[in-house]
Amino acid sequence: MADHKPGFIQRWLYSTNHKDIGTLYLIFSIFAAVIGGGLSMVMRMELMEPGLQYVANGHEWNVFITAHGLIMIFFVVMPGLIGGFGNWFLPIMIGAPDMAFPRLNNVSFWLTFVAFGLLILSGAQLYWGDGTGGAGTGWTFYPPLSSGVGHPNISVDLAIFSFHLAGAASILGAANFITTIFNMRAPGMSLHKMPLFVWAMLVTSFLLVLALPVFGGAITMLLTDRNFGTSFFIPEGGGDPLLYQHLFWFFGHPEVYIMILPAFGIISHITSTFSRKPIFGYLGMVYAMVAIGFVGFVVWAHHMFTSGISANAQVYFTAATLIIAVPTGVKIFSWIATMWGGSLTFETPMLWSIGFIFLFVVGGVTGVILANAGVNTVLHDTYYVVAHFHYVLSLGAVFGLFAGWYYWIGKMSGRQYPELLGKIHFYMTFIGVNLVFFPQHFLGMAGMPRRIPDYPDAYAGWNYISSVGAVITGLSVVLFLFIAFYTVLAGRKCEDNPWGEGANTLEWHLSSPPPFHQFEIQPQIR
Amino acid sequence: MLTNASHYLLSTLLSFFLLALPFQAANASNSQGSLPEPWQLGMLEAASPIKKIIHDFHFDLMIIMTAIVIFVLALLVIVIWRFRRSNNPVPSKTTHNVTLEVIWTLIPLMIVMAIAVPSFKLIYYANTNPDPEMTIKVTGYQWYWGYEYPDHGGFSFLSYMIPDEELKPGEQRLLETDTKVVLPIDTNIRVLVTATDVIHSWAIPALGVKKDAVPGLISETWLKIDRPGDYYGQCSEICGINHAYMPIQIRAVEKQEFEKWVEKAKETY
Repeated sequence: MADHKPGFIQRWLYSTNHKDIGTLYLIFSIFAAVIGGGLSMVMRMELMEPGLQYVANGHEWNVFITAHGLIMIFFVVMPGLIGGFGNWFLPIMIGAPDMAFPRLNNVSFWLTFVAFGLLILSGAQLYWGDGTGGAGTGWTFYPPLSSGVGHPNISVDLAIFSFHLAGAASILGAANFITTIFNMRAPGMSLHKMPLFVWAMLVTSFLLVLALPVFGGAITMLLTDRNFGTSFFIPEGGGDPLLYQHLFWFFGHPEVYIMILPAFGIISHITSTFSRKPIFGYLGMVYAMVAIGFVGFVVWAHHMFTSGISANAQVYFTAATLIIAVPTGVKIFSWIATMWGGSLTFETPMLWSIGFIFLFVVGGVTGVILANAGVNTVLHDTYYVVAHFHYVLSLGAVFGLFAGWYYWIGKMSGRQYPELLGKIHFYMTFIGVNLVFFPQHFLGMAGMPRRIPDYPDAYAGWNYISSVGAVITGLSVVLFLFIAFYTVLAGRKCEDNPWGEGANTLEWHLSSPPPFHQFEIQPQIR
Repeated sequence: MLTNASHYLLSTLLSFFLLALPFQAANASNSQGSLPEPWQLGMLEAASPIKKIIHDFHFDLMIIMTAIVIFVLALLVIVIWRFRRSNNPVPSKTTHNVTLEVIWTLIPLMIVMAIAVPSFKLIYYANTNPDPEMTIKVTGYQWYWGYEYPDHGGFSFLSYMIPDEELKPGEQRLLETDTKVVLPIDTNIRVLVTATDVIHSWAIPALGVKKDAVPGLISETWLKIDRPGDYYGQCSEICGINHAYMPIQIRAVEKQEFEKWVEKAKETY
């Protein structure tokens, strides 16, 4: 009974099983990453030398960077970390047979899928008609550039619809996670005994539920400005472009924690597993995440230091932003303390995890520098910012994704990845992404602005190095795709618990892969 | 494999870090103006009082942040070495230590408080304009800048990038404009920034100035230029197809020379 699977169409198109939906999300995320990452390869090739070589003009460039940002955030990191690993392991870790609302879960996935289609359709407008199609607004959609003045055609509308759907999908998913966590924990699993990944998903879900409606509202106002004659953000009609920025970043800043908190959860599990030691300072870790989530909502205008906000507002947002360094520090030190006194081995997931901890610190300290409104004046909208947020996202959230993938692929597929290739993949990526993003600090400090397809010749050197790093990173992605196919098709069989005594959350007590319906008898947590 | 792998990881981390050390060390020594140099590592040399403070404060921040990164890296190296399975086969059972946790909460808190004080001073300094001696108004357009001198008879002109094929020797590709914004040195200049179509951003890194040009809003900032020379900047808010092609070029001159230029400009513009 437990392992009775429905037929292919029933199983994958009408899917209500949390593990199958998680698998769909992971496949979707990898697919979107190939497109979004492919765009970044085109971008780096264009920037390898001064002058325009690959893109026709600045608009095509703008459409590329916009699509890259949106795809990576909404269709790679979020579906991967939240939809993929969240769906797969959250119910199992709390001893539940499935999510609270399995059909809602199905709706969430397919809405995300359609949203991605709409975004691709929006970008594809670039190649239909006179070449002015496509949303070249940056992922932030600042009006008036995103209003009729800057983008009169349908592309921005399609992108807005895309994020209506993606937002709805995420809100439904978050409600589902919250309900599951509050109502379906196995007997004995009090909130303070929940695994840290589940805590991370709980905080993330609350951030999604609180932040996304504001985003939905802002882009809907933008939609009515564009099509129905309102002027929320149009100064000629009494509107205010800065209002949009406030609304957007009220969502946009929690969004960065939405992307990184699940990775925090995964890193905690992996660090503990491969240190063969329970996580150090569990309660501190939990409340650090809660604090990050809370403070994350009151720092939004640090994205707007040069927009003309008052000195007092700059002081407040500087102070609030600096405070986030404290709970983040607690997490970093707790991970190191978890390893301290442990008995460490360095399988692939642990390498990604250690890489994550160090690189997140590098991205974190540049964040502290950017938090100071005065210094931010020089660095805002330069490559320094690009370097900073790629250190915390591309080298943070994405390292979290890979760490989770190597940690759980044996459990999810029943087949283990090849250890040597996994390690090679890690080192290639580590070298590649650092070569891409570290020199961008130098470019930013020397004044190179973001979002330009061509740059003054003095910036050529570091841009070249950065592009060489992109080639290495691109090759590492090809290697990863090979590893993924090889593992799933021909990997060796994975035992129930491949990681030994350090891995003690509930998923390691199930078979690999787990039965279609797990926990026919409810587990008891001591 | 395990040993090799982690040694490799360590050496990569270390070499990566050594690269970070000269972060601030190199500053372009071109005394004229503010051009970035190939392979430049740090910020452009300061040419205004605001930028000087930003520069010094950033340097202090870099020292603190570098120390933090070295500290965390050192801890990771120690942990990876001392507590690898071959060196420590039996893991400890420690799960928490309240004293330690309080310490690693309070020390970072004290560090950010120490950062906050000079940071707040800098913000108020950069946003408070002491007795402006003259005013210029900057307007962003898709894709060029407009300048107006209201205190000197209100003449105004537009400033476009010189396209690549029209550059003369010595002119900067993507940075040179057809009409320079001539300003006097040692003068407290109020800058009003706005836009007419979409948002742009008026930025001159060497002067520590960057202000978004928002339609419907006139923002204010100020600058005081230390020495003559050409100072360059580029639009710093995405504004459409030619975002990369609307540079800012300020030509700072002695006060007498500025007066002469004003007389000529009144006739020309």
